Amino acid sequence: MQAVGVMAPGQSAWVPRLLIGVAVGLTLLIVVAPLVYIFARAFGEGWQVYAANLMHPATRNAIWLTTITALIVVPVNIAFGIAAAWAVARFRFPGRGLLVTAIEIPFSISPIIAGICYLLLYGRQGLLGPWLQANDLQVMFALPGIVLVTMFVTAPFVAREVLPLMQAQGSEQETAAVTLGASGWQIFTRVTLPNIRWALLYGAVLCTARAVGEFGGVSVVSGNIRGQTNTLPLHVELLFNDLNATGAFAAASVLTLLALVALVVKAVLEGRRAA
Amino acid sequence: MTTAAAPVRAKRVLPGFTLSLGTTLLYLTVIILIPVLALVLKGAEIGPARFWAIVSSPRAVAAFQVTLIAAAIATAFNAIYGLLMAWVLVRYEFFGKRVLDALMDVPFALPTAVAGLSLTALFSANGWIGAWLEPQGISIVYTIWGIALAMAFTSVPFVVRTVQPVLEDLDPGYEQAARTLGASELAIFTRVVFPQILPAWLAGCTIAFARSLGEFGAIVFIAGNLPFKTEIAALLAFIRLEEFDYNGAAAIALVLLFFALVLLLVSNRLQAWAARHRGV
Repeated sequence: MQAVGVMAPGQSAWVPRLLIGVAVGLTLLIVVAPLVYIFARAFGEGWQVYAANLMHPATRNAIWLTTITALIVVPVNIAFGIAAAWAVARFRFPGRGLLVTAIEIPFSISPIIAGICYLLLYGRQGLLGPWLQANDLQVMFALPGIVLVTMFVTAPFVAREVLPLMQAQGSEQETAAVTLGASGWQIFTRVTLPNIRWALLYGAVLCTARAVGEFGGVSVVSGNIRGQTNTLPLHVELLFNDLNATGAFAAASVLTLLALVALVVKAVLEGRRAA
Repeated sequence: MTTAAAPVRAKRVLPGFTLSLGTTLLYLTVIILIPVLALVLKGAEIGPARFWAIVSSPRAVAAFQVTLIAAAIATAFNAIYGLLMAWVLVRYEFFGKRVLDALMDVPFALPTAVAGLSLTALFSANGWIGAWLEPQGISIVYTIWGIALAMAFTSVPFVVRTVQPVLEDLDPGYEQAARTLGASELAIFTRVVFPQILPAWLAGCTIAFARSLGEFGAIVFIAGNLPFKTEIAALLAFIRLEEFDYNGAAAIALVLLFFALVLLLVSNRLQAWAARHRGV
């Protein structure tokens, strides 16, 4: 059916060619050029400089902090995504539509607002500030704050991929399993999980990419302490402000590689789902 | 699907209702609702008079203006570019189409700070594109055009990915009928195709606009961040925080939050309209 427009008689060939040309040209200019430029600049002063930039203790520390954050956030998000999808797709209850909207809220709220929300809650002048200080708990300008704000920003990612799939699949198979006497855990591991595994993996990949790249929210709550609470995206900005452009591009190239891996995984999974 | 028509008793056949809904509500409450509530409470604490004084101060008004104008430019550009991409990706077969399709996800996947860094360097006087634009007297970096460029980059997939599936599902019968009746290709697009994708297109543009208003990471690199000229609202809120002016930050954040929620409602309405349009 897609061919209808193309093969129609009387349509001149230059319109499609022009449109494709403009689309490709704009994409090269706006999307491809920035992507290629990152690597061109990162390696602009040679491999040795690139390796030295990445091995710099502050950069290594930023990579480490970002990795830890993702390792905490992504599993929690997977659990939340599955729970939310199961509740919404398998049961009817009042306020269900509202719940779906609530899950989507982080998509429309700027990460910087999320960061401000957390600061107003856990910061020294925040609602919980006095209590946290009395108990000697440090949330802001430390790992917990970074993790919490990243959880806020990435909350919808897994649920959004799994929920529509579970809704489309319906609950016949799971209901049949219940009838046959399967326990809840058996139903989940043997029926539900195999059915949603690709959507789940895709959601997890997107969630990881987003968690690793989070900037606005983290920049509010991290305090930007060099070598301590500096995640990799924040480190990119720090190096850029230090006028160390090559170093900034080297750090950025690591994030870009991760993003490209996420895209390749996505393409592979989509091919698999279509098959 | 089946549960919709099923009797009330049948819906609790499956286990895990309390566990899954409980986990979901707990997580949403702790991670999203309470922090947002903290912001709203802070806003209430400021009081209407001071709130208005903060929000209507010349610097804040200028920041909101810069943000809105740049977001409008970015969305206008993406409305055309995104529609073009969706059309080309759905209607034509050509070499490299799958790569072009995958490239539309780059702005989603690439961290905004990385995008900002690269766009800034690329369009500055000694970058690949800037070196070619600057001699013609066109400055992008450190102007509102740079802000719009960063916004356009980060929000274009929202238009493409909202329009694309609708375009794929269009019933070719109407177009064939119009063609049989002798309509020109342009007439077929404007009178037959476009009205059908209009709700989805508007929804995509609304989401892109909302995303542009809240964008921060890509913009701080390219904007130059001059108060009254290239300072966006999100950055002004950030600066107020660094000055420990929490009231100032909260007031600006609340205005942005209000915009975001209104746009979320609008896009939800538009998407519901689009779904009715498709007969889903």
